[in-house]
Amino acid sequence: MAMPAHTERSPTDGGAGGPAQAGTARETDDAARAAALAQLARPYGLLFWVAVAAVIATLVRIAFFTPIEASQGPAQKIFYIHVPAAVTALYLAFALMAVASVLYLWLRDPKLDRVASTSAEVGLAFTTVVLVTGPLWAKPVWGTWWSGDARLTSTLFLWLIILGYLILRQAVDDRAQRARYSAVLAILAGLLIPFIHLSVYLFRTLHPRPIVLKPSAPSLPPEMLTTLLMSFASFALLFVALLLARYRLATIADEGLADGGAAARGA
Amino acid sequence: MTGPPGILAAAWTIARKDLTVELRTRAAFLSAAVFTVLAAAIFLYTWDPTAVAALDLAPGVLWVIFTFAGLLGLNRSFAAELADRAIDGLLIAPIRREAVFLGKAFANLIFVLGVQLVAIPTVVLFYNLPLGWGAIAAIAGIAVAASIGLVAVGTLFSAMTVNTRLAELLLPVLALPFFLPIVTAGAQATVLVIDGRPLTGALDWMRVLVAFDLVFVLACAVAYPFTIET
Repeated sequence: MAMPAHTERSPTDGGAGGPAQAGTARETDDAARAAALAQLARPYGLLFWVAVAAVIATLVRIAFFTPIEASQGPAQKIFYIHVPAAVTALYLAFALMAVASVLYLWLRDPKLDRVASTSAEVGLAFTTVVLVTGPLWAKPVWGTWWSGDARLTSTLFLWLIILGYLILRQAVDDRAQRARYSAVLAILAGLLIPFIHLSVYLFRTLHPRPIVLKPSAPSLPPEMLTTLLMSFASFALLFVALLLARYRLATIADEGLADGGAAARGA
Repeated sequence: MTGPPGILAAAWTIARKDLTVELRTRAAFLSAAVFTVLAAAIFLYTWDPTAVAALDLAPGVLWVIFTFAGLLGLNRSFAAELADRAIDGLLIAPIRREAVFLGKAFANLIFVLGVQLVAIPTVVLFYNLPLGWGAIAAIAGIAVAASIGLVAVGTLFSAMTVNTRLAELLLPVLALPFFLPIVTAGAQATVLVIDGRPLTGALDWMRVLVAFDLVFVLACAVAYPFTIET
């Protein structure tokens, strides 16, 4: 991947080279801008299309080549989307976001801030899938669209916090300040989720106990397990592809190259 | 006095400054108190007293009011330091930055407890809650435990949002998710107390509140210096 020539700046100088630099600096600037614009034209590489194909293949398998569960009927098939989306959001996106945020406060590398913010964005998309498929599944099975259940509530509030996180980022202009604030919010959110879970768990819960990752053998029949694992893999692949694409866009936006470097030069 | 003050002494000095300003103007406290009474009165007309028992409704009303009134006060904590860039004075003072946070948080705690002192009797009065002294003491304990966590998180976020383009609009968006465990635990404990159930159930919720307080007072005090440019 061709990275722009002048990749990072110190958080405090708030912008690029400035008018003092000229000549060769300007030329590398132009080369970097051309490379960045080329990337902007196709932010989704081969990996993205492979991931999309994998997700489509998974959906086809879920719909046509996976047996219908005896007690819940076709509604149970939502399971193969709902659970992998939740696992991807929680254990890939938000775990990465939390780790990148902690590391940012330590190392102050703008790349880490970009990793955190892009995983928040992609995680938000997966969490939205969880929150949409959840009620669709709950209605036929639990007999209710919504409940004050522990996992549901934690997921909803996680979703709301990520929205707040992205709004906060929009509301701060200074890049270093934005990175610091978002990192602090992300870390506190990581501390909060167990409390939400605990307080609502004490309240009531409807979600089933673990089905796959439990000490004894998984209780899913082999065909269903294959579909589930395929779904996990394709969702994880889609996550990585989207993350890379968003990261590339964030780099271009941060470097101010997408608009011909005007933003970065403060013009 | 020689040498810079210790962290608690510095925090107390900042808290005393904020409280003195508030005592002299009383502007924020009065508006928060009036808001509390207004909210309790409006809630009174949003339900059918023949269909829903006041006992079922009161804890929810109390805790919703508590949360929003708390937010009202927290907003101005750091906004007041914007005038003449007073915050710069605090930040260049030879004290630890955690002390700035703790001082602000302590002043906010006193403020929120003052609002509680208005909110609880108002709700008790409007909803005709039959409370003995024991129940009142228990509710006061719950309110104090809940306020500490609320103020810790709210003070940190108000220090951040005051520097953003959305300012007071953003504080509830960031802070309310963090108030969910506080409100859940507070309201559930209050229900048990008002119902006159044995206090062991309420004690479980108290443990959640105290754990929240410990984690978030510490985390926010540690996080505050990171929000400032070094």
